[in-house]
Order: sequence, then C-alpha cells, then structure tokens
Amino acid sequence: MTIQVEIVTPSRQLYSGEVEMITMPGVEGELGVLAGHAPLLTTLNIGELTLHNAGGEPEYIAVSGGVVEVLPDKVIVMARSAERADEIDVARAEEALQRAEEALRTRPDEDRQPVEIAYRRSQLRLKVARRRRRTRPGVFVEDEG
Amino acid sequence: MASTREIRRRIRSVRNISQVTRAMEAVAASKMRRAQQQVMATRPYAEKALEVLSHIARLHGSGDPMDALITSRAEIKRVGIVLITADRGLAGGFNANVLRQNALFIKEQRDRGREVEVVAVGRKGRDWLLRYDPVIRAEFTNMPDTLATADIAPISRTVIDDFRSQRFDEVHIIFTDFVNTLLQRPTVQQILPVVPAETTAAMPPDYIFEPSVEAVLEQVLIGFTEVQILQAMYESIASEHSARMVAMRNATEAANELVDELTLTYNKARQEGITRELMDIIGGSIGLE
Repeated sequence: MTIQVEIVTPSRQLYSGEVEMITMPGVEGELGVLAGHAPLLTTLNIGELTLHNAGGEPEYIAVSGGVVEVLPDKVIVMARSAERADEIDVARAEEALQRAEEALRTRPDEDRQPVEIAYRRSQLRLKVARRRRRTRPGVFVEDEG
Repeated sequence: MASTREIRRRIRSVRNISQVTRAMEAVAASKMRRAQQQVMATRPYAEKALEVLSHIARLHGSGDPMDALITSRAEIKRVGIVLITADRGLAGGFNANVLRQNALFIKEQRDRGREVEVVAVGRKGRDWLLRYDPVIRAEFTNMPDTLATADIAPISRTVIDDFRSQRFDEVHIIFTDFVNTLLQRPTVQQILPVVPAETTAAMPPDYIFEPSVEAVLEQVLIGFTEVQILQAMYESIASEHSARMVAMRNATEAANELVDELTLTYNKARQEGITRELMDIIGGSIGLE
C-alpha cells in the first residue's frame, strides 16, 4: 500500500508521487503517516520530512512551518518553505548558522525569538544536507526555470 | 543643411541606441516568461490553502469567534495599502498606471473618512509617495527578480502585525495584473481580512485538528496572505517586463525609422556636395578656356 504525497510551497510544487510512508515534524512531535490514516489537519514545526519509498533509499526534505492535510489516500504538505537535501547550499547554511550563533551571544533576551528560529533553520538545513543521497533522485517535480 | 560628417555621426549614434533597446527587449522578454511561469507555480499552494480555509470557515459556522485575520471589522477607520511598483523605469506606462490607481484608491478611502498608510514595494512607488503623499508605513526596494517566500516574508509580517494590532482595519494590495503581453491592468485586491471563497467542492471528511483548529487556521491564514502577496509580486514582475519589452520594441522601431530618414538626408547631402564640386570643376574649366 502506498500513499499519494504532494509537497507545495507558496513559490512552487516540490514533490508529487507515491510513497510507502512519510514522516513529518508535527508540532506535537514526529508524525508518521501510512495509507489509511484518519483525516487530520496539523501544523508543522521546523524539521526534517522523510519520504520512505518501497525498496529505495528514503528522501529527505527540510521544511520550516506550515500545515499538513492528511487523508486516507493522500497527504498534502503546505510548507512555508521546503528544500530537498541536494538543493541546500551548505556554505550559505553554515554562514547563516554562524551569524545566528553570533547574534544569540550578543542579543538581549527580548528579541531572541527570530534569531532562534534562524538558528534552528540553519541547523536543520545542514543536517538535511548531510543526508545528500548518492543514488538517483526520485520523481521530484523540477524547479521552475 | 548639416554637414555630411555630422549626419554620419548621428546615424551611428541612433544605430547604437537601437542596438541597446533591442537587447533590452530580449532581456525583458526572457524575464517576463520566467515570471509567468512563477505565477503558475504558486497556484497549487493557493488553491489548496483556499480549500482548507473555506472548509474551516464552514466548519465553524458564522457566529463563532475565529482568527482575527479572517474577521471583518464593523468600522473601518484605517486602511493599509501594499503598493507594488518596479525599481526601474523605461517600461512605458507601467509605473504611472499603477501609481494612478494608487492615488485614486487613496482618495476614495479618504473621501470615506478613512486614514491611509502605504507599504511601498519598489523604488518608483516609494519615490512617488515621498514626493506627493508621504504616508509611508514601510518600504521594500531592490527585490530580486526570482522571488522566494523568504523575500516577501517581511512584507506579510508587517501587514499581519499591523492588522492584528489594529493599526489597520483592512489591508489592500495594489499591483499590475498580467492579462497578456499587450494588456496589463492595475488592480486593487483586499488581502486582510481574508475572505474565504465559497467552494462548491464536496464536504471533506471530519478532520482531527492538531494542536487545535485555531492553530491550524492561523498557519493557513498566514500562508494564504503570503501566497497572495507573492502572486501579486509575480504578476507585477511579469507586467513590468512585458511593458518594458513593448516600450523597447517601439524604441527600436523608431530608431530604425530615424536611421532610414537620416540615411536619406545623408545621401542627399552627399549628392549635393558632389554636384557642387562638379559645378566648381566645370566652372573652373570654362574659365580656363
């Protein structure tokens, strides 16, 4: 049994295809979905989304925030932003991480929240980038242009 | 009559201009196509968000208090405008048209006794406001041509925060809608409060909401506001380049016509010169006889 997955962000459709299982960073903790799941609408955290394909290697996608709609035969991820492992610019993510660390050290407590989010996001992007697969990519919808 | 050398110099300079405008036309054409594709790419998200939104709206009925972003206020006193213009000119009437729409809208709102503040996106809009009507709430210039959500996030955060804090009771976006290459239409669209569309789609199943309906709704509303701003930006970018493309094509044609005219004048002048020289020679030779 596979389940249809669609990942959309405001600027593009990132993925459309069938997977065995999908795990997502739900606000209430890691959320795994198989075919036949009860209808669910939930918000997403900043985290790693994994697509488990039958037989093949899993695919990793960094998502930050958004909403997921789960239906028995379909999962629609409306992420505020999403990048797959091989799209992530490691150098830029490292730079952003350093900037965020620096800001966390120097900033006063009251406006730390955006910096903390930036820090978590760049950490996540690095983590997902390290998952860069050596095998052939799946049925990703190509980026525009 | 100008000397042949002067005319030749003018021909060369006009020909250079036509080369520049032709290159600008080609650049604008390719940027326009890209922006058109980006407009298309926002549709799946926008449609999905709207679907979930109207589902939640229906679920809640009309009486319940829901998110502030979706609740119309009884009295509208302060209106926010997101004005989208280009950073650059040389695009025919593109900036002037959207600025005229903006001026009309501001006047209309003031006539109804409302206060207006503008979030200016694009340098042309900001400059116009600074000169004629400096009610600027925020400004965003030098936006990249290939926009992502992260680029417009500060804009949506500004208007959402201002709407929540009651600085604005309504937020509208003024941009140029790309109809086709020949027609771009300045458009006003309300973005806050969000108006969920009536869908005729079949009633979806009963969802479990995690952590709560309100939290999901808030995320969807923020996402929907962002995608609307993004769409307006893409439409505007496509319109800008298409207007520039047409303006540059006209400029190239005008330059080529001018080259033809000048070439004719040049030939006449040259012929006149030759005739004059011949007359001199003939006159001289008659004198010698």
